[in-house]
Amino acid sequence: MFGNFDFDVIRRALPYLFLDGMTFTLTLTALSALGGITLGTLIAMMRLSGLRLLGRIAGLYVDFIRSLPLVLVIFWFYFLVPYIGQWLTGAARPIKVGAFASSLITFIMFEAAYFSEIMRAGIQSISRGQPAAAQALGLTYSQTMRYVVLPQAFRNMLPVLLTQTIVLFQDTSLVYVVSIPDFLGAASIVGERDGRLVEMYLFAALVYFAVSSVASFGVRQLQARIAIVR
Amino acid sequence: MNYHWNWHIFLEPSPTGDGTYLDMLLSGLWLTIATSLCAWVIALVAGSIIGVMRTLPSKLANLVGFAYVEFFRNLPLLVQIFLWFFVLPELLPSAWGLWLKQLPHAPFYTAAIGIGLFMSARVAEQLRAGISSLPRGQKQAATALGLTTMQAYTYVLLPIAYRIILPPLTSEFLNTIKNTSVAITIGLLELTGQARAMQEFSFQVFEAYTGATVMYLLINIVVVTAMRILEQRVAIPGYIAGK
Repeated sequence: MFGNFDFDVIRRALPYLFLDGMTFTLTLTALSALGGITLGTLIAMMRLSGLRLLGRIAGLYVDFIRSLPLVLVIFWFYFLVPYIGQWLTGAARPIKVGAFASSLITFIMFEAAYFSEIMRAGIQSISRGQPAAAQALGLTYSQTMRYVVLPQAFRNMLPVLLTQTIVLFQDTSLVYVVSIPDFLGAASIVGERDGRLVEMYLFAALVYFAVSSVASFGVRQLQARIAIVR
Repeated sequence: MNYHWNWHIFLEPSPTGDGTYLDMLLSGLWLTIATSLCAWVIALVAGSIIGVMRTLPSKLANLVGFAYVEFFRNLPLLVQIFLWFFVLPELLPSAWGLWLKQLPHAPFYTAAIGIGLFMSARVAEQLRAGISSLPRGQKQAATALGLTTMQAYTYVLLPIAYRIILPPLTSEFLNTIKNTSVAITIGLLELTGQARAMQEFSFQVFEAYTGATVMYLLINIVVVTAMRILEQRVAIPGYIAGK
């Protein structure tokens, strides 16, 4: 079964796999998580703002994005972003957008919908007395959010946010559908070039499994440590 | 935007030779529904077995369930699909591998089984949470009445656990439908795949994806409505969801 298994093809591909592929995957994951959490928090605040129109827009966005498959959303943005760029800059033709920028925008917009639901739960988990006390102390809305509500919401939701980031890390492999060489894409390029798909896909699976298991183990440890004793 | 919109494209004949572009998308829609239903049956059956195993008093059953869930949760779906589609036939004895490769509709079977197993780990976790949320007295009362473990699960624990986890199961079913789009990578022409093909034939990018988007939204609405009715039907009196 592993008789003609070629380990050397993996060794030779290592620099390309990790320096190009994995760097792309990890950078995309980190920046999308940061952007997604920021945008998601804003959306969650819009939904909880009590302003009906703002809340409706945010709710519609979240429901809309969450009912679409990621692959379809990747296609949408891949073709839409150049036109939006043209519209924003007033250029004569649709602008050229790099693979990284295009996927970053896609993942921020897509994950923001999921992160916003987590942040909404986090904000709602804080007792009503907290913002009331902040207001009694004379804090403005933005001060209440910045110093009282959001720090606690983040702390409560940190394990869930990190778990969602692990899901995001796995989901970035789907940029394969628009032929962007992330880690899996790089493995597939080498595998097809050398006719060694079996070795490359098994190795990619091993790496994804190792990273995800270590990360989710870390999240579980963290969860036990930072849990607030009530 | 200097994009040339042409909404009539849906009624124009597609180069595949059977019907209009709209027919193309509709055939994708049916394939999406068929694939996700098959995957969902696999996910429910395998997920129920593993979920129950994780709540059994046996250490071994627990460990097997844990390993199963970890395996399917820590690999991206796309990698799992590739493993089933490209790697498995090579690792099997060559006669079996050849048979697998020549199987008609291989992308469909691979997608249904691959996505089904991927989702089964999620179903298992939901079911485990549902069973552990039951008061301990339920299991004890069943044992006191002389029910075997098997009977306790089939007559007491599972009927309540399934009803408790119905809302999260609905979102897992919706995820199954959305995940079928990953099968585009092994050439399954489901809804997203047909939209992609329509875009490549007609160059009407945004119309094609709008068509697919509308269909996904419709599936969503139908499933959510149906599940809400089902939830009301099977709600347990005395629980918050019940009457």
